[in-house]
Amino acid sequence: MSVRTLEIDGKAVTGVAGQSIFSVAWDNGIHIPRLCHVGGVSDVGACRLCMVEVEGQRKLVAACMTPVEEGMVIRTNTEQLLAHRRLIVELLFAERNHICAVCVVNGACELQDLAASLGIDHVRLRYRFPTLSVDTSHERFGLDHNRCVLCSRCIRVCDEVEGAHTWDFSGRGVNSLLISDLGEAWGESESCTSCGKCVQVCPTGALFAKGKMVSEMRKDRRFLKYIVTAREKHEWVR
Amino acid sequence: MTFEDLLEQQAKEIARQQGLRERIYCCTAAGCVSSGADAIKKAIDEEIKARGVGAEVECCGTGCMGLCSKGPLVRTQSDGTIYAAVTPEDAGALVAGQGANLLADRKLDPQADFFIKQEKIVLANSGTVDPERLSDYIAAGGYQALARAVMELTPQQVIEEVKRSGLRGRGGAGYSTGLKWELVAKQPVDTKYVVCNADEGDPGAFMDRSILEGDPHRVLEGMAIAGYAVGAQQGYIYVRGEYGLAIQRLQAAIKQAERERLLGSRIFEDNFQFRIDLRIGAGAFVCGEETALIASIEGKRGQPRQRPPYPPESGLWGKPTLLNNVETFGNIAPIVAKGGDWFATIGTPTSKGTKVFALAGKIENTGLIEVPMGTSLRTIVFEIGGGIPEGRAFKAAQTGGPSGGCIPPQFLDIPVDYESLHKIGSIMGSGGLIVMDDTSCMVDVARFFMDFCMDESCGKCIPCRAGTVQMHDILQRITKGEANENDVALLEQLAKLLRETSLCGLGQTAPNPVMSTLNYFSGEYEAHIRDHRCPAGHCVLPAAASSNREVQA
Ligand SMILES: Cc1cc2nc3c(=O)[nH]c(=O)nc-3n(C[C@H](O)[C@H](O)[C@H](O)COP(=O)(O)O)c2cc1C
Ligand code: SF4
Repeated sequence: MSVRTLEIDGKAVTGVAGQSIFSVAWDNGIHIPRLCHVGGVSDVGACRLCMVEVEGQRKLVAACMTPVEEGMVIRTNTEQLLAHRRLIVELLFAERNHICAVCVVNGACELQDLAASLGIDHVRLRYRFPTLSVDTSHERFGLDHNRCVLCSRCIRVCDEVEGAHTWDFSGRGVNSLLISDLGEAWGESESCTSCGKCVQVCPTGALFAKGKMVSEMRKDRRFLKYIVTAREKHEWVR
Repeated sequence: MTFEDLLEQQAKEIARQQGLRERIYCCTAAGCVSSGADAIKKAIDEEIKARGVGAEVECCGTGCMGLCSKGPLVRTQSDGTIYAAVTPEDAGALVAGQGANLLADRKLDPQADFFIKQEKIVLANSGTVDPERLSDYIAAGGYQALARAVMELTPQQVIEEVKRSGLRGRGGAGYSTGLKWELVAKQPVDTKYVVCNADEGDPGAFMDRSILEGDPHRVLEGMAIAGYAVGAQQGYIYVRGEYGLAIQRLQAAIKQAERERLLGSRIFEDNFQFRIDLRIGAGAFVCGEETALIASIEGKRGQPRQRPPYPPESGLWGKPTLLNNVETFGNIAPIVAKGGDWFATIGTPTSKGTKVFALAGKIENTGLIEVPMGTSLRTIVFEIGGGIPEGRAFKAAQTGGPSGGCIPPQFLDIPVDYESLHKIGSIMGSGGLIVMDDTSCMVDVARFFMDFCMDESCGKCIPCRAGTVQMHDILQRITKGEANENDVALLEQLAKLLRETSLCGLGQTAPNPVMSTLNYFSGEYEAHIRDHRCPAGHCVLPAAASSNREVQA
């Protein structure tokens, strides 16, 4: 395994060839914000929160999609990047109906945490207040489109780890909508195995387990590491 | 077919055509068809039959003759005259060879600026060959460039020729075509693909459509040469489903070329084989973006993905893929036939050759034109385009569609090439050119294009999906007199966000129409916001809550 040495936020770090900037930064205690990345499934570079500056490159790059190279000098926290991230999170809050006070994951939501860590105390954009539905047809889980940020984590984990590919998007642009199978109610999906992986990787309260009250739900993603380790190293260890 | 067969067919067809007393070319491209060209062609055909002159007079349909606003157009081969606004009643005069006398009032002046200021390479056959007959294309020297490439040149030499020509991609970004070909050729992989981007999604653009409808074999020949140069055996043309006629002509052309062994296996008795298939798109703008287009051909949702890897390394089904625009491929045969050095004499130092533009909007001669790179905007708008109708004032020209910008009058004399347009905040784009006069509201123009981008955003990345919606909302409020200065500041921040963080070109360039109008027409934004007034008289705004109202009351 060939080693790459580089600098992130003034800190000299090393990674291995092929490793993403995001992952090397994370290994070194530098936590670049993200919503669509989740360890254990492929990356798509869709949320654009992990955009970083690489010295000598004209354009910003998505840290999750860019492999480290020898001698790179990376900045993850400039004023401009923070301003971009704040605006992206504001865009999400204005896009759908995120009402934390009535949400099952209040206090343990990645979107909420992002807003707090970026110091967002108000949204400058006009709320769109779209009319969206809640699908509670599944026996154990629910899908609240109002809280969905379209990160596609559920789609990828269901396809790549569970192998069911129950989820996908219909529509495009602002009309994109998460659907199960060909748009049937989740409870009627023939491909869903009810494994619940999608619920656990969902960064917000969009996918939730039934029977939880406001602020009661905590998501557990350790299973992903467990499965991926098992697949790659053939070891069943937690 | 051998090269000798090709030359023999050419000589035979030329002799046949020269033996006719008259060949009447009826423009059957979309523009003229919409003003009744089909009925005219039918009337002429019937007239020929009725007079029993089938042996000496022939009528054929052709691609776009350019001056769409004066259609339907008909050209008579014997004297090269083009007649405007032809009706089915004119069939008799045309067949009798009496056009010059009886239709004198509708003769277009061949010395008019519209004709003499143009230079046709890509459109050379448009309007002079019947796109449905391979022999017409062969008579015009068709497939000789492919023969030369396969029989005389090595793939590397073909690439050298293209590099020497200085040709740059006509799909928008203007990347060097020769370098792109070389990148694909260098990949040490057996299976490679050539893809032609005929998605043409810009509102109002019809350059690629006209090329495909008017001269489909030219595109096939360009793709086959590309296949030979980069080492691919399979090509795909990704055409939008709305282009029914183009699809029909391409299908027919592919069949004809296969029958004559100009496509398929053992082309020109060589070991080179190349097949072309069509893939029909559903008309999403974003599917013109190369990685989305590839995903769509693969049968997936048409969404862009992160680049690198770029298609020359990993494209269709993970294989090295050469993806070029229709017009780019349209330039290839002439370059290989006449040499890259010839091509490089046309245009400016950094932008070689010609560019096809679709003239639209407030301009006298709407239609399809081809001019040498570096022609000034003034020449295009006022000489070729005939100026602004009703004596109104030129306000701006919009190039590059939803990814481009508005060019104000002070830049009318800049040469139209990739660099100059970029410098003034627009882009060459694929060739849409919309002219606006003083009745066009620039804020509303920006709103229109943002509305388009918002509708066409694929929704994968947040800045574009949610950002275009917010930018559109602000622009709409400005046109309704409901916005304030803070909104403009927010608009600028959103523009910066989209440019710098969007995943693909759609989101990255969506703010361009806004930024260029803010730049050159900031007064109009201010008038809407502060005085609730639309200087162009286009937007309907409630009266400002100022002293004005008290005076009225
Ligand atoms: C949103 C978007 C739409 C595009 N649409 C087209 C199109 O309709 N036709 C086209 O040729 N290129 C289009 N492009 C550019 C292509 O991605 C690609 O650069 C081009 O086809 C390459 O061919 P060229 O090198 O011959 O220009 C589009 C790009 C973007 C970002
Ligand atoms: S920029 Fe727009 S069109 Fe391109 S990937 Fe992002 S959402 Fe899709």
